[in-house]
Amino acid sequence: MSTNTLSPRAMAANRWPLGRVSRLALLLFGAVLFLAPYVFMLSVAGKAQSEIFTSALTLIPEQFYYVANFTKALSRVPLATLLWNGVLVCGLIFFFQVLIAIPCAYAMAKLKFRAARLMMVLVMLGLLVPIHATALPLYVAFSSLSLLNSYTALVAPFSISVFAIFMFLQFFRAMPDDLIHAARLDGMSELGIVTRVIVPNAWPAVTAFSIFSVVAHWNDLYWPLVVISKQDYATPPLGLMYFRAAEAGDDYGALMAATMIITLPLVAAFLFAQKRFVEGITMTGLKG
Amino acid sequence: MANLAIDAVPRARKTAAAHERSEARTAWLLALPAIVLIFFFILLPVVAVVFLGFTNFELGMGKFRFVGFENYAHLINDRAFRKALWNTTCYTAIVAPVSIVLGLGVALLIESETTARSFFRTVYFLPVASLIVAMATVWQYLFHPTIGPINSLLALVGIPGPNWLAASGTVLYSLSIIGVWQSVGFNMVLFLAGLTAIPRELYAAAEVDGARSSLARFRLVTWPMLGPTTLFVTTISIINSVKVFETVQTLTQGGPNHASEVLLFSIYQEGFIYLRVGYASSMTVVFLAILVMLTFLQYNVLDRRVHYS
Amino acid sequence: MSALSLRGITKSFSGNAILKGVSLDVEPGEFIALVGPSGCGKSTLLRILAGLDHADEGEIVIGGEDMSAIAAADRNIAMVFQSYALYPHLTAGQNIAVPLAMRRLSGTQRLPFIGSLVPGQRATRAAIARDVGEMAKSLRIDHLLDRKPGQMSGGQRQRVALARAMVRQPSVFLMDEPLSNLDANLRVHARGEIVELHRRAGVPTVYVTHDQAEALSMADRVAVMIGGNLLQLASPQVIYDDPAHIEVARFVGQPRINVAPALAENGIVSFGDVRLGLKVPDASRTPVSLAIRPEFVRLADKAQNGLAAHVERIEFLGSEVTLYCKLDAIGEIMIAKLTPAEAAGVSAGMPVSLSLSSDKALIFAEDGRRIQAGPVSIDATLEKAHG
Repeated sequence: MSTNTLSPRAMAANRWPLGRVSRLALLLFGAVLFLAPYVFMLSVAGKAQSEIFTSALTLIPEQFYYVANFTKALSRVPLATLLWNGVLVCGLIFFFQVLIAIPCAYAMAKLKFRAARLMMVLVMLGLLVPIHATALPLYVAFSSLSLLNSYTALVAPFSISVFAIFMFLQFFRAMPDDLIHAARLDGMSELGIVTRVIVPNAWPAVTAFSIFSVVAHWNDLYWPLVVISKQDYATPPLGLMYFRAAEAGDDYGALMAATMIITLPLVAAFLFAQKRFVEGITMTGLKG
Repeated sequence: MANLAIDAVPRARKTAAAHERSEARTAWLLALPAIVLIFFFILLPVVAVVFLGFTNFELGMGKFRFVGFENYAHLINDRAFRKALWNTTCYTAIVAPVSIVLGLGVALLIESETTARSFFRTVYFLPVASLIVAMATVWQYLFHPTIGPINSLLALVGIPGPNWLAASGTVLYSLSIIGVWQSVGFNMVLFLAGLTAIPRELYAAAEVDGARSSLARFRLVTWPMLGPTTLFVTTISIINSVKVFETVQTLTQGGPNHASEVLLFSIYQEGFIYLRVGYASSMTVVFLAILVMLTFLQYNVLDRRVHYS
Repeated sequence: MSALSLRGITKSFSGNAILKGVSLDVEPGEFIALVGPSGCGKSTLLRILAGLDHADEGEIVIGGEDMSAIAAADRNIAMVFQSYALYPHLTAGQNIAVPLAMRRLSGTQRLPFIGSLVPGQRATRAAIARDVGEMAKSLRIDHLLDRKPGQMSGGQRQRVALARAMVRQPSVFLMDEPLSNLDANLRVHARGEIVELHRRAGVPTVYVTHDQAEALSMADRVAVMIGGNLLQLASPQVIYDDPAHIEVARFVGQPRINVAPALAENGIVSFGDVRLGLKVPDASRTPVSLAIRPEFVRLADKAQNGLAAHVERIEFLGSEVTLYCKLDAIGEIMIAKLTPAEAAGVSAGMPVSLSLSSDKALIFAEDGRRIQAGPVSIDATLEKAHG
């Protein structure tokens, strides 16, 4: 079969450009709508208060107020702390999730033990339970252990990710058994197999999951809101909430500047690695 | 002598049963950390929540007692909670279908277009990758009744724009718009994956069989083959909509007058602001029950109809 | 009037010329095998015929009508795909019914549940069910009608695909390597079935395959395509015995034809040390290629003088023996196909003497075209050629 023939639809498009033009027009219209918030964010971050109040629809500021707005935002938003907290927390969460999930998923996928089915049930149950459902007792527990306002509180509940187990499980099941048999014949212990055979070969699943995990936890507001009340430990979403609270007035210029500062890291990372992002979501979707 | 005896037995003679036992032991060891953590961070808390739902525990109030179903009885009569249930339902009923349909539409458009695919994919997916709290703030500006661009645009064509986020009639719709904006990209990517998995030959066969128009081919090939993907997207969309929180917390705090009060927000207020943990736990149980029911419903009812191979 | 006519079909993909002006006529009721190595453009040609692709230049005439601009759905062509392309979500019966439903029922009538409530279609639906049933019975799959493709074997799926193609009595059948996904024994059996089906249906068929044995055994005429060009269109016998191009000769035949460089001088062809009794029209001195089928290479008697060679390898295949011999003089490998009796006593490494049936030798020019060569006399003496 020739693999470089056009799909019937694309082929038709070349013969009837009208169809293609209307498709592109629709996509572009939608793209404009979807990009509008970012455009306005960029625009307002550079406007002075007076301009914001008078001309809502002009995109390019008459007076470039970027420096002032950003200075104000940066002075109120401890950007470095926020970013550091975000990176640290997401990094630690991801690290522990993978560390715990991979051996477990390997055992469930490739080894025979009676509890495997029980584990499967536990995993499926765990998928149904979001952090919102377990937050209350966990909060009480952390509170009584005086662990509120700490990195432990931020990281610990997420160190177990049943979704990670689920994802790696699917992936390992698809891995050929022969690889493991060969390693056993070579005399490797089970732990050796995990570290030297499984982990290197699990790379695609790990990167896919990393994207999922980082995006989910960078974005998470609920749990940090529950356990953190000190600015020092604030994650980016929380930091923005504090800024909003502090910035009681309607200084949208500074507000947009602060928004930009906080959004930029993940957006930049996304734009830089967008193929991986999309692959990651795709992989979780297909396996589902 | 014992030592000699052991050395004399070749290692390969380890019996099959012994091998199985050691394999099982290793498996247990490997899975143990996960099991322990699941127990402490998922199972135990769920049990605790169910238990606390039967108490009148309030944080900081020392003693508490078992009150049976009193909390639940109170819930049924709690107007604010019923409003939260209703609002969450409305929100989900808008956001889930719209973001699914739009996600599918955008995916179809992108799939049949050959140029600039990754540009469009990026643009539509950008909201998903952006910080929700941050973008909610931007939307707050967009929705601003006097200085926001949306109302200014409407004013240009002579329509008086409503007070999007501060009027009880429109606040849910505004939040829904933000919700759709955030989810379309995610659904689009999932649908794109499903679309590319459809074998091209099926479309050729459909054409030869007489499916002249794109619509005919969509009905004969695309839609049936997207079944599993659609089911997955629907499940995820509905569940994510039910879990709406960030936008409410950031923009409206449940107001005005409970018009945008949603389940998770109520739970948060009751449990972490008013510290009425027992009552909040009963709310959490209801919330969890809804999630579980939704998931089971979809997978059991639709799953069989949707997988073909 | 031919049933199907292609004229000058040309097609390029991003600068690569896939089809270079292919012309082809299919007579009514004829079975044409379109054969060639992968990448030769045969599948592309088939897709253009079906209307799934459009040629850059050229025209397609089916039943006297110009179909070049007509959509696939309207060409009344049926196609069987390599992977059968059965709709996985429909039962076999529903699959077979699709082309009929597409043509006889309107869009609204085909809607999943409400469609059957639209009035006036009971008769049509009954007719469709009848046609499906008859077709299924003739292909012996009527017991499978309620199964989905995922629940059937490869052979059963292939028959469903055939049924779907045949059920609406098209004016042309196209088949794109429909047997390549079957295992070997099933393939041979299925070949016979397809030929039988064709005989019964009498519909002109274009059958694409990369397997030359399949092409030769099934077709009325074989079209050999290589590198985007249709090199020869003729009956299997002619393709085998009288190839028009060296690539055709190379592609057809098992084991492959022997090809060796030779020299034509003053019309006499000499091959290595040997002057063959072959005469070509061209009088000048040109290099040519000599090709001869293995079955025409024999071991020379001690009495005759043959080409000196050494046996490199022997393959015993039951009813025949294949000898791979390296010619001493020029180092070319000659393959000889012998009966076990003829090959008795031969072992690897042995020196042998090969004799070629000169009248079966084929001469090709440098550009691959066949040169007609007539016999002079069999002259295989070990004379040194002039010059």
